[in-house]
Amino acid sequence: MSLNEYRGVWVFAEQNDGRLRRVSLELLGKGRELADRLRVDLVAILLGEDAGKLCTELIDYGADKVLWADDPELRCYRTDTYTKIIASQIMEHKPEILLVGATYVGRDLAPRIARRLGTGLSADCTSLDIDEETRLLQQTCPAFGGNLMVTILTPKERPQMATVQPGVMQPLQKSTRKGEIISIPADIEHKDMRVSRLRVIEETRRGIGLEQAERIVSGGMGIGSVENFKMLGKLAELLGAEVGATRNAVEAGWASSDRMIGQTGKTVRPTLYIACGISGAIQHIVGMKDSELTIAISKDPKAPIFQIADYGIVADLHQLIPLLIQELLRYKGAR
Amino acid sequence: MNIIVCLKQVPGTNDVRLDPETGSLIREGVPSIINPEDRNALEKALLLREEHGGNVVVISMGPPQAEVALRDALAIGADEAILLCDKAFAGADTLATSFTLGSAIKKLGHFDLVLCGTKTLDGNTGQVGPQLAELLDLPQITYARRVEIQGEILKAERVFEEGYELMETRLPALVTVTREINEPRIPSIDQIMQSYREKEVKTWGAAYLGLYEHSVGLDGSATKMSKIYKPEFGKGKVEFIEGSMEDMAQGLLAKLKERNLI
Ligand SMILES: Cc1cc2nc3c(=O)[nH]c(=O)nc-3n(C[C@H](O)[C@H](O)[C@H](O)COP(=O)(O)OP(=O)(O)OC[C@H]3O[C@@H](n4cnc5c(N)ncnc54)[C@H](O)[C@@H]3O)c2cc1C
Ligand SMILES: Cc1cc2nc3c(=O)[nH]c(=O)nc-3n(C[C@H](O)[C@H](O)[C@H](O)COP(=O)(O)OP(=O)(O)OC[C@H]3O[C@@H](n4cnc5c(N)ncnc54)[C@H](O)[C@@H]3O)c2cc1C
Repeated sequence: MSLNEYRGVWVFAEQNDGRLRRVSLELLGKGRELADRLRVDLVAILLGEDAGKLCTELIDYGADKVLWADDPELRCYRTDTYTKIIASQIMEHKPEILLVGATYVGRDLAPRIARRLGTGLSADCTSLDIDEETRLLQQTCPAFGGNLMVTILTPKERPQMATVQPGVMQPLQKSTRKGEIISIPADIEHKDMRVSRLRVIEETRRGIGLEQAERIVSGGMGIGSVENFKMLGKLAELLGAEVGATRNAVEAGWASSDRMIGQTGKTVRPTLYIACGISGAIQHIVGMKDSELTIAISKDPKAPIFQIADYGIVADLHQLIPLLIQELLRYKGAR
Repeated sequence: MNIIVCLKQVPGTNDVRLDPETGSLIREGVPSIINPEDRNALEKALLLREEHGGNVVVISMGPPQAEVALRDALAIGADEAILLCDKAFAGADTLATSFTLGSAIKKLGHFDLVLCGTKTLDGNTGQVGPQLAELLDLPQITYARRVEIQGEILKAERVFEEGYELMETRLPALVTVTREINEPRIPSIDQIMQSYREKEVKTWGAAYLGLYEHSVGLDGSATKMSKIYKPEFGKGKVEFIEGSMEDMAQGLLAKLKERNLI
């Protein structure tokens, strides 16, 4: 393989129901930086029907070019159709990097593409860097529940592929930019339709996803019961925040699994994170350490969560939370 | 129905160390378990066998001690166990792992279903299932929390961001399962003893599979670990809000007001 033939940074632009997933915009933000440092184009590859608007959006968020396959059969993600189109575009255009969001689609798709191309793939990266000299992508991800960080390279194969955790990279400011939309063939055959989605069974998600939340009030085992967790929800509501939880709180049945933050759950970076009754295990911290302002409340002054907090309160939550709710209500009423 | 279950032995704790020279796991002194989701995969295979008849083969790539995991699987009820064990397999990334597993599955011949866990506790990439499906040219359904088979048709509920989706495909297929799918059974002492007395774990190496050393293990891998380090998170500048319960509540709100958060 002649590595020098491979140039350009590509981002898989994931659409769901005609809307771009936020992680794709985040990847364009990071991809822009990488492409500028490598002095190459940033290309988004989008599969979907009637997605002209999305193409423009991708350009506004930093793409120089958008490769777009337009076909009714691409509305809904299918492993086989998506793998085939993207892999054949890669073989034709030879990008040096392909970034994919670590979503349920991305994690299904990226390994299949990597295997077809015989190249390396790293999973759930939280940081990406480039060595401009060697053009090697340094792919860093947490390992062993966040106890260690591992940096992975793909020295001899191209493209260098990584899935990236949602919520970690920053999208650029949206602005009107110039870019090129290039249509690519879909070429879907009957044999690419081996798996069908019959229907969506239930929509569990209310409100916005935690990854997008600007404010999060999060609860751990210190909350103590499902009733108290509801009270935490009240506090969150008053603060305009979403509710998060530790894995243990989810396992206790106090919160649904889409609320879980950390290694097994979501990675978040809100402006405000209030950790209530959370000890601060490393597996939790990896998911919220980039919050702008962290406030921790625990009755144990030695809890590790205080090491990463900006403000700490050592108190019994059973007393403090009702008081906070009362004070907030009073404050809001007074205004 | 012939079902193949891919099963990996993993350290039973996150408190493991890596050899900084080779990037490989230091396994000494670390208790090993069957990767939890792989137990769910095995349980599903056994339930399908009870329903449809057939044969369950468990297969694992790993060091010699991974035989213990396969013995457990035999004790639980698997019909056959194959350990892919060779010095040349060491240091494999997911590309090389899927290649080795795929080569062995091709050697086994006819099968209807391959079941994997979604992710392991250690490598935790979730890449081996899809890569194996690609290699075997199978349709795949990942993150399945429910699987049903009727005739040639497999239906599975797949987890995704907005909820669950009902997927359908035709056998043969590959499915990766989550822990939600079932509650795995636990072998009795008798069954464990029987698995050692009466059952066999076959060991296959690179030569037996007809694989070149450069296509497996470290040499067959596309990724390399270049750095391993302890993460640093500590801001180390926490300011405690103290006083009576009321002081603390009001103190907290004052900080939020300062920053225009309320
Ligand atoms: C492979 C693996 C993956 C994991 N992934 C995740 C993950 O994604 N997310 C995650 O969160 N965890 C994860 N964990 C679990 C993690 O290791 C911790 O066990 C978990 O985060 C602890 O949850 P907690 O802080 O709610 O509970 P605890 O550790 O029990 O902490 C409770 C805290 O509340 C305080 N407290 C108790 N009562 C009160 C009270 N009345 N008032 C005030 N404070 C009180 C206690 O002093 C303590 O500080 C994972 C573990 C493993 C092994
Ligand atoms: C900290 C760390 C980080 C790593 N990062 C990467 C990376 O970014 N990219 C990469 O390519 N490799 C990576 N590896 C190497 C990778 O872990 C190995 O290739 C491993 O053999 C398989 O990957 P996994 O454990 O992630 O399995 P997963 O893909 O998470 O496993 C899914 C399922 O595949 C089956 N399976 C997996 N391994 C075996 C096996 N040996 N035998 C039988 N069935 C199996 C099981 O059913 C399992 O539940 C990493 C390893 C470590 C320790």
